Amino acid sequence: MNNEHLKYASKTYPHSEETHPALMIKNVSKAFGGVKAINNVTLTVEEGRSRVLIGPNGAGKSTLFHLITGEIPVDVGELYLFGDNVTKAPVQRRSELGLARTYQISNLFNELTVEENLYLALQGKERGADHFLSFLKPWFKHKKKLERVREVAQSVALENKLDTLVSNLSHGEQRQLELGIAIAPNPRLILFDEPMAGLSPTERVFMKKLISRLSVEKTILVIEHDMEFALSLTNDVTVLHQGSVIAEGTPDDIKQNEHVRKIYKLENV
Amino acid sequence: MLLTLINGMTLAALLFIIAVGFNLSFSLLRVANLAHGAFYLFGGYIGLSMLNHLGSWWLALVIGGLCTAFLAFITEFFLLRKVRGDNLRETLVTLSVAIIVADLMIVVWGGNPKSIPYPEVLNGFVQLFNVTIPKYSVFILATSILIGLLIWLLLNKTKMGMVIRAGVDHFEMVSVLGTNIQRVFTGMFVLAGFLAGLAGVIGGSYLMMSPGEDWRILTYALLIIILGGMGSFGGSVVAAFIIGLIYSFGSVHVPEFQLFLMFTPVALVLIFRPKGLFGRGLA
Repeated sequence: MNNEHLKYASKTYPHSEETHPALMIKNVSKAFGGVKAINNVTLTVEEGRSRVLIGPNGAGKSTLFHLITGEIPVDVGELYLFGDNVTKAPVQRRSELGLARTYQISNLFNELTVEENLYLALQGKERGADHFLSFLKPWFKHKKKLERVREVAQSVALENKLDTLVSNLSHGEQRQLELGIAIAPNPRLILFDEPMAGLSPTERVFMKKLISRLSVEKTILVIEHDMEFALSLTNDVTVLHQGSVIAEGTPDDIKQNEHVRKIYKLENV
Repeated sequence: MLLTLINGMTLAALLFIIAVGFNLSFSLLRVANLAHGAFYLFGGYIGLSMLNHLGSWWLALVIGGLCTAFLAFITEFFLLRKVRGDNLRETLVTLSVAIIVADLMIVVWGGNPKSIPYPEVLNGFVQLFNVTIPKYSVFILATSILIGLLIWLLLNKTKMGMVIRAGVDHFEMVSVLGTNIQRVFTGMFVLAGFLAGLAGVIGGSYLMMSPGEDWRILTYALLIIILGGMGSFGGSVVAAFIIGLIYSFGSVHVPEFQLFLMFTPVALVLIFRPKGLFGRGLA
């Protein structure tokens, strides 16, 4: 991270004197109709650490991410980001506090270029970005932001695709761009939702390197089915099953846990 | 033949001004603003009153647009925002606004057809390539080109345009990235209202203003969106010209089939290309 990054980060995110966990989820529940998708989940991610969230399909992992970002409102419980209670805060506020995420299914802006996608990721973090007159400014005249866009594009190996429409990128390149969008505003906490899904072996190697590097620099929470990779990232693992946390601990603790072994039928863990 | 073509293009240009803002707000907010036709007529009536009071057609044009933009702001800020995300309630709110505004317009301006007199400078004809064209038609065409150009610049060269284009794809994602999408929604809805009001004054001098005209204009705007495709600027241009020309040629040559001719391409598009000629469908 160069000095420009640090300058950007300190300008953008409010810091308090006390140290708080990056993310604290307290007894959160969410139901859709009669189905409890998330049931009394409590989970903490300390700042500067990484945590892996595993669990079978339908365990509620992506729903939990939606609750953290505020895309879906919480029914019961509380959510804290860096000490701020954001249970009822809008998506934008959580983003302002330094939260970013990627999606299991690509959520990119297909009719925009790579450069425009990355620019948008920075736009939301700019002070006064919502000012009407600021909105009417030509976006391509912001040299500093465009420099940052190029820097991020380079870090996700898309520097030669800046003018390419997202719809013309390969799946792997779209995943790289998603990662670029997540890191562009220099967030403090990044949620990765199955970042390896659908990638070719070569692309997986590249993505693993990127995320491993980020796990050193940032606080990250990852949903990943590639157990070998997921457990190599961190010692903090949480297992979710049918909307509830059934185990928490180091990879070894998780591998020994009877309940987890039963769910994963032994061989997967 | 040539006169029919000019009339068709003039109507198309007017419909474009009405439909382009409507289309963008529709594709961004995901709500069909059924009050858009009422906004058009409201702008026209305000323009008429302003002309009677102030005596300036140009001032009437600006004030008609601004008052309608304000009406659109009230609709979005105090009503639509409360039911955001519930498509049925959103549509019913706009339908209610359309009916209330339509009734209030009858109370204030009566039920008799009215029109706004042209300004003196736009009265008469110009000779263009040996063709005599009403000055007012040239004005409507030029205005629609200017508005089209400004909207194109807004969409492609400004931050707001980038956010709008991104929002048409995934407005939730724009929000996740930290942009206050709510303000963009309001801005787009107000812009659409302004353009509807502007078109109301321009159209009030070209067509008649009477109760029911609001629903006719709304229907044409919806046809343009379906035909051109949601969120497509180019689609709005092409579809406005298709509808305008069909209307004009249809009313001259086969008036009994005029509506049939207008709705047939729309029905075909709905069957074979539901996202419209240039649309990309909803995310």
